[in-house]
Amino acid sequence: MSKPIIATTSLAGCFGCHMSLLDIDERILELAELVEFNKSPINDIKKFTKKCDVGLIEGGVCNSENIHVLKDFRENCKILVSVGECAIMGGLPALRNNIPLRECLEEAYLDGPSVENNEERIIPNDEELPLILDKVYPCHEVVKIDIHLPGCPPSADMIYEALVSLITGKELKVPYEAFKYD
Amino acid sequence: MKKDVKSIIAKYNKDETRLMDILIDIQDSLGFISPEAIDVISEDLNLSHVDVEQTISFYHFFSMTPLGKYNIYLNNSAVANMMGCAEVAKVFEEEAGSKFGEVSKDGQLGMFYTSCIGMNDQEPAAIINGMVFTRLTKFRAREIISDIKAGKNVEEMYVASYGDGANSNQLIKSVVSNNIRKIGPILSPKAEYGSALKKIIKLSPDEIIDEVKLSNIRGRGGAGFPTGLKWEFCRKAPGDRKYIFCNADEGEPGTFKDRVLLTERPKRLLEGMAIAGYAVGAEEGIIYLRYEYKYLEEYLENVIREAREANFLGKDICKKKGFNFDVRIQFGAGAYVCGEESALIESAEGKRGEPRDRPPFPVEKGYLNKPTIVNNVETLSSVTQIINNGGEWYRSFGTRESTGTKVLSVSGDCLHPGVYEVEWGFSVNDILDLVGTMGDVQAVQVGGPSGRCIAPYDFNRILGYEDLATGGSLIIIGKQRDLLKDIVLNFMDFFVEESCGSCTPCRSLSVIYRDKLKKILKGRGVQKDLDDMYAWRHIMKGNRCGLGQTALNPILTTLRNFPELYEARIQKNKTFDEGFDIHSALKDSFEITGRKSF
Repeated sequence: MSKPIIATTSLAGCFGCHMSLLDIDERILELAELVEFNKSPINDIKKFTKKCDVGLIEGGVCNSENIHVLKDFRENCKILVSVGECAIMGGLPALRNNIPLRECLEEAYLDGPSVENNEERIIPNDEELPLILDKVYPCHEVVKIDIHLPGCPPSADMIYEALVSLITGKELKVPYEAFKYD
Repeated sequence: MKKDVKSIIAKYNKDETRLMDILIDIQDSLGFISPEAIDVISEDLNLSHVDVEQTISFYHFFSMTPLGKYNIYLNNSAVANMMGCAEVAKVFEEEAGSKFGEVSKDGQLGMFYTSCIGMNDQEPAAIINGMVFTRLTKFRAREIISDIKAGKNVEEMYVASYGDGANSNQLIKSVVSNNIRKIGPILSPKAEYGSALKKIIKLSPDEIIDEVKLSNIRGRGGAGFPTGLKWEFCRKAPGDRKYIFCNADEGEPGTFKDRVLLTERPKRLLEGMAIAGYAVGAEEGIIYLRYEYKYLEEYLENVIREAREANFLGKDICKKKGFNFDVRIQFGAGAYVCGEESALIESAEGKRGEPRDRPPFPVEKGYLNKPTIVNNVETLSSVTQIINNGGEWYRSFGTRESTGTKVLSVSGDCLHPGVYEVEWGFSVNDILDLVGTMGDVQAVQVGGPSGRCIAPYDFNRILGYEDLATGGSLIIIGKQRDLLKDIVLNFMDFFVEESCGSCTPCRSLSVIYRDKLKKILKGRGVQKDLDDMYAWRHIMKGNRCGLGQTALNPILTTLRNFPELYEARIQKNKTFDEGFDIHSALKDSFEITGRKSF
């Protein structure tokens, strides 16, 4: 049997969940025995080269490029996992959701106290730049997500256990603290 | 300004528990509660800024920015919409040249939507500068705006004659109608004021509680807790002071019977409160009255004054040594959840109206942590009649579990909306016969949005605590209505707006369910949405208060009783649809950047 193939990406996140994945330390060698990695910032493969079994998504959806990547993952992965707070609920980036987009951009590029040298009052708008969405969406509001792995970030142990469980088909025991919010 | 605020605070003895009264007076005299006023309040009451601001921001009749010289609060509840509120609102906006939710640029006119104002039998209705305008039409809306532009007094804007009964009293002078369609022992004008008080002074408190227990009356607000038992708990609870609250918050959309009881039989209520005070050993009573009924203030204050003069309130009532009891009115400021007894107490203490954790129950630790009874207007008014005629007499009405009568508020698609006092033991069909329907009835909303929406096959069910309990509101919904869009969505918007936000299930699930419903109405729903909504319903039991626990009932009860309406609107060929619309998500971005594609 060939090894299961894993892909990962970070959308509107801080890469903390990927860092947490790296925190599995030497177990990454065991993981490398168990799985094959495809598109991921970890190995710098930019495009899917084959269909994958598991896609790990960090971060929510804040712009048109995020949508494109997420839909690409949905097409190429059998199972999609929302990893961490931002993917599941929008997280910190979603703090802007109550502020109109125009106000956000004006504060960032025109009126904020740290803005300098923008006499022409330009809000960056190059064709190469993705368009910002009206608000930050959790991944499951844009595509179907199969599994949610909570945490900010989910601990290295939990990410490792979750992947092993997924690959070996064992049930994952998520501690109560991991999904107790208030 | 500072002097005004200081004198208002002084009027309430710099008592932080009277913050609601202080804020209401400042709002009334200055038109809004300014940052400077907040400075003075926090300094004089020794509260932090956020303590003051969190109370202000909780109630929708308070504003921290200036309102208009004229302010229109138009009810946009489900029944108001059924009666044409949207058309009236459109005319208001066109004529005024400003939108609902804002104050016009010249500061003349503020227009706001508000939840049910207790006028469901005479919608569309609005409160304009404290006065209630009922049965609005497009024509009337044009007249009102032109009167406002001409700078007329609100009194001059009335064109109809005053309403029936006490609505035309010099101290009310309102166009509101009582619409009393059927009278029973509680609404009956018979029985002399004070006769029950004269009777109880010869009895011991325990004998009174026994009589109330014998009557088997249960709370008329909706929850149905046995009144005698509540009184007994409060009487036995240790405490140097005790309080009697009358719950006149009546915020459940579709309910307006307490307004009629307060207008027509206020003395019966005051008598009931004094009886409760005597029975449990309380000397202070507080009527928590919703701000929407502020037009009754002068009238009720006068009734209270007359009661004192007649020695039915005050010291040594009916010459009984040591029987002291007095009543004051505490206004709310627009918050549905304050109808929940512990939230009502919090609000009366000058705080956000958030329900408390229980135990301890209010009968042990209520207002100012003293044993407190909170009873509905109708419950207390009924007690007066129970004492007048005896518990045995009261039991002769109704059924075994549901004794006595119920004052119903009936509205919606019927010929004779209004107030009906009927003996318990009636079916929905009996009421439909009484009120006269117009065409086919699709559904009846029993007990307001937090109650149940029932289908015709349930119309023969008996209303009462044994089967279909109700706080007394029935909304008749005709065949011509789009039940999910016109009624259920409106009710869900209401719960999203009115959730106090304390408990996560109520705060979040009400939004998630509302959005799922919107998705289904857009044609993007799938079977999984219905399954999810059904499966997640138990999570709502985690909410602290009864109102939060029922906040999904508009969807859950229609999902159960009208599944075909949902099934007809979902996509059959898809198992999953996230409902995401990229074009609407990018609309702002297209506008800001001038780009047209992504």
